[in-house]
Amino acid sequence: MDQIKEIDLNNTEVKELNKTLQKRDGNNFNHFDIINPMGAHAIATGLDTDIEVKINGHVGYYCAGMNQNSHITIYGNAGVGVAENMMSGKVIVKGDASQSAGATGHGGLLVIEGNASARCGISMKGIDIVVKGSVGHNSAFMAQSGNLVICGDAEDGLGDSIYETTIFIKGNLGNLGSDCVEKEMRKEHVERLEKLLKSANINDDTSKFRRLGSARKLYNFDVKNLDNY
Amino acid sequence: MCGIVGIYLKNKELYSQLGKLFSPMLREMGDRGPDSSGFAIYRNNLNKNFKVTLHSSIENFDFSEIEKSIFNHFKLNINVSRVSSHATFEISFNPSELRNFLTAEFKEINITSIGQSLEIFKEVGMPDDVLDQFQVEEMSGTHMIGHTRMATESAVTTQGAHPFNTGEDLCLVHNGSLSNHNEFRKWLSKEKGIVFQTENDSEVAAGYLSYKMEEGLSLKEALEDALDDLDGFYTFAVGTKNGFAVLRDRIACKPAVIAETEDWVGMASEFRALSRLPDISNADVWEPSPGKIYSWGG
Repeated sequence: MDQIKEIDLNNTEVKELNKTLQKRDGNNFNHFDIINPMGAHAIATGLDTDIEVKINGHVGYYCAGMNQNSHITIYGNAGVGVAENMMSGKVIVKGDASQSAGATGHGGLLVIEGNASARCGISMKGIDIVVKGSVGHNSAFMAQSGNLVICGDAEDGLGDSIYETTIFIKGNLGNLGSDCVEKEMRKEHVERLEKLLKSANINDDTSKFRRLGSARKLYNFDVKNLDNY
Repeated sequence: MCGIVGIYLKNKELYSQLGKLFSPMLREMGDRGPDSSGFAIYRNNLNKNFKVTLHSSIENFDFSEIEKSIFNHFKLNINVSRVSSHATFEISFNPSELRNFLTAEFKEINITSIGQSLEIFKEVGMPDDVLDQFQVEEMSGTHMIGHTRMATESAVTTQGAHPFNTGEDLCLVHNGSLSNHNEFRKWLSKEKGIVFQTENDSEVAAGYLSYKMEEGLSLKEALEDALDDLDGFYTFAVGTKNGFAVLRDRIACKPAVIAETEDWVGMASEFRALSRLPDISNADVWEPSPGKIYSWGG
């Protein structure tokens, strides 16, 4: 059985914690329990091995940033930029996430069980993001690839200047961003959505979701679209 | 950047601990604003009398000279309590008369606050020093608002530090910057008689709210108007004699977190400033929505 190492941030610096989680001290633990995060920034960033990390409490900015392979669960709310630039692995936020969740992520899965604030998935580049609640304004701004699933509502500006990310949304839409349009939900999209919800451990009715994506009208400059830039 | 914090007590039994609850909040925000730190405390409501808090940047400034000349001019006794570079004068007459007198007679001081309950203390430097300097941990009261400043719009001086007070018992702290403050400063001071002491954009926001509330609007209504009139980006925390409010602009670039229990409401730029409040693990914790006014009390 795997041994679990508990790390208390009341008496450990975040730098030391990350050194341990990044295995730079040569430890062989596969499971880590972090207690008293106290909203500190940059907890569990830059991890690159297949370990399991549980964080018991609210975290500050950039938690789980640049993650590769690790499975990180936050039992609380996350500050700005959770799982930003994630490459692979899985990050679960049990509470709400602040702005720019999953920003610029290249891969892996980010699950937010509460709500996400503005700019969720901004410039995402291949990450999958599943939000059980709602997202704030300008989510998926300039999103390039990957999937953003929203089980709740989205505020104004969803998918503004979007490239090839697919957005699935169940709830209400504010004003859509420029060049973001509703598209037909075909069988392959339903299957993809089913898979995403399953991997996020969320039961939901896929028939109630709509698919959004790029109208691809802003890819090349056209003077007729000047107002959209 | 800048850091802002506020705590509003709902349970009277906590009043005596206000300074102890507030101090770690401000301290935690030191790295968001290492230039200056300041705080507003609402305490010892005088009902009929007023408190005027003064600051002098001259070391060991003799406030008793001011006390004497006030007595000679107004022929009324006043109570003075001095803390470090600041002194609070309790008066039984119209505080704007005192303000006019002080502004004309004493160039070496500035007025940090006027109100029945409000007192504002601020200095250049990190919160650790400022909290010690004014013995904040010993303070009791109903609510406090604080600010750690990273200056962008105007000079690093005590006058330029937050909080700002422009009308009786109203104070404001601000993280962000406003782009139409010059026009509003001109208009408010020329047309509406609001007195400004600095070139700071945040002082204009305080002045704007004072003007709106003097027109009869509630704090909430004044903030609703501010959403349309003040251009720029901001998170504001605002205090009045009995109230506390938080507002972020509609784009919401500047952070804020609110936590609430049955006993208190806390707000801060970041959660870590709230993480030591009692019973925080059972508090409701949320990020205030863009363009939405959150207010408590009157």
